[in-house]
Amino acid sequence: MTTVLTPAAPAPPAAPGRARRIARRVASPWTYAALIAILAGSAFPVYWSFVVSSQTTEAVGKVPPVLVPGGHLFENIARVFDETDFALALGNSLIVAGTITVSVVLFSTLAGFAFAKMRFRGRTALLLLVVATQAIPTELGVVPLYMMMADFGWAGQLQAVIVPGLVTAFGVFFMRQYFERALPLELLEAGRMDGCGSLRLFWHVALPAARPAAAVLGLFTFMQAWNDFFWPLVVLVPENPTVQTALSTLASGYTTDYTLVLTAATIGTVPVLIVFLLFGRQIVGGIMQGALKG
Amino acid sequence: MALTFAERRQKWDVKLSPFGFISPYFLIFGVFGLFPLLYTAFVSLQKRNLIDAEGAQFIGFGNYEQLLFHDPYFWNAMGNTVSLWLLTTIPQILFALGIAHLLNRRLRGRMFFRMGMILPNITSVAAVTIIFAQLFGRDFGLVNWVLSWFGAGQVDWQAGTASSHTAIAAMVVWRWTGYHALIFLASMQAIPSSMYEAATLDGAKGWQQFWRITVPLLRPQIIFSTVIATTGNMRLLAEPLLFNPGTAAATGGSDRQFQTAALYLYEQGFTKYDFGYSSAIALVLAVATMLVAGLSYLVTRRIQTD
Repeated sequence: MTTVLTPAAPAPPAAPGRARRIARRVASPWTYAALIAILAGSAFPVYWSFVVSSQTTEAVGKVPPVLVPGGHLFENIARVFDETDFALALGNSLIVAGTITVSVVLFSTLAGFAFAKMRFRGRTALLLLVVATQAIPTELGVVPLYMMMADFGWAGQLQAVIVPGLVTAFGVFFMRQYFERALPLELLEAGRMDGCGSLRLFWHVALPAARPAAAVLGLFTFMQAWNDFFWPLVVLVPENPTVQTALSTLASGYTTDYTLVLTAATIGTVPVLIVFLLFGRQIVGGIMQGALKG
Repeated sequence: MALTFAERRQKWDVKLSPFGFISPYFLIFGVFGLFPLLYTAFVSLQKRNLIDAEGAQFIGFGNYEQLLFHDPYFWNAMGNTVSLWLLTTIPQILFALGIAHLLNRRLRGRMFFRMGMILPNITSVAAVTIIFAQLFGRDFGLVNWVLSWFGAGQVDWQAGTASSHTAIAAMVVWRWTGYHALIFLASMQAIPSSMYEAATLDGAKGWQQFWRITVPLLRPQIIFSTVIATTGNMRLLAEPLLFNPGTAAATGGSDRQFQTAALYLYEQGFTKYDFGYSSAIALVLAVATMLVAGLSYLVTRRIQTD
């Protein structure tokens, strides 16, 4: 998955909050019924995957299908870890997504701060370059990137996934937008008067001020890195997988053991699900501001 | 007047620090982002195989000639790509508009519903495709079981062109509709209620108000969502690759019935190691995506605003 930038949407002027609230139509029972049906449709495949993971392999082949969880979840989880290298995949994904998240947040905050609050030659042109490059699909450069990784001797190794992910144009632009709004210049000037160098200014003034935005960026970066499929599939080998490439290997056996595969899929979804349950409000807010795309 | 050491240091600090701050980004992006993009064009003019790296030959536009004029598999893949683009993009936008419309009311548990809509979007494409492949299974799939209530026969979803495209489109639409719905909802909430009040006085009913007021006012978001969805849906790869996993996964079905252009790129580049040819496909696909995105921009721009 690539990150795409959404321009701040030019929304029509808002009416005063109170008037709007009174005028907005109250949801009818039909609205609730429709929304609950859609919600059920949204959640069903994830629920289904969980149902299969808690059943025996025989139960999955039944008609009519079993629709409620059974009691074999832990047994199946144990089987995933016994019969496959899924522990290695989980560890690898954690290393990859963790490193990428820390790095993207740090470098984006640094560059975003410079673009928003510092004056330097070529600033506008460089920022335009950052924005423009987001539109280009990563697939386009995948062959030369693979050739580079092979030359470096990194093919099949985690750094081949980590290093190209260490920065994102989206992150830079996102942090830049935040600093523009949230960090008053006076604060920085005061810091300068007190003799702060740029690095100290960044560390003691900008970084603490950036915390809310950095948290949202970190959240999204982690989910994206955890879910990334295409590039890891290309550059990694089945012996050293991430969760997503391990899933693809598992699913492509001659006879597919659906219980095993879907249990693994469920386990692989749990980390993002936890992040989602903890920070769903921020994620929804980010999307509704038109600022984020997973 | 000579500057003190501290003053001079501060001057250099102000001058050079910004470049220091942006350099990690530009260094990493330059090497691992921009360079490969540009180098693709060069590789696409070569006959180049991973196995025989020394034997790379410059062959000009040979790859393109082969691709565009002598390769039925490529045109098959392009046809599938366009078909899947239509089957995914249009329902995504229409469903998203409807869902946003439902969410744009005084609702109890607003956050709960919003989070529910976006749940599919946070799941990984690999997990989702594997789950859907199972749901769309021929013998024990849930979809066929439900269809059997209505007397429909057992559909072999992977076997046919139309059926496989439908199943793959279902995965994509499921995963992305909620995201677009939230984008639309944000703008709907900014539409002043006085516009609806005026319309009500003029006698416009709910449905008319939706098409005459809401949709036209959402034009910028609809354009944006359509273009974003187009660029994403023109390069579907994981879904067709994992829909029928197995030894021939990269061909997108036994008869290439759901092989997309991106999957063909993958097949040529990373199962046959024909890097020159694969790069040529990458560039042609990028150009085609820009054309289709431009087309969808022109179409959505025509939404009436009066």
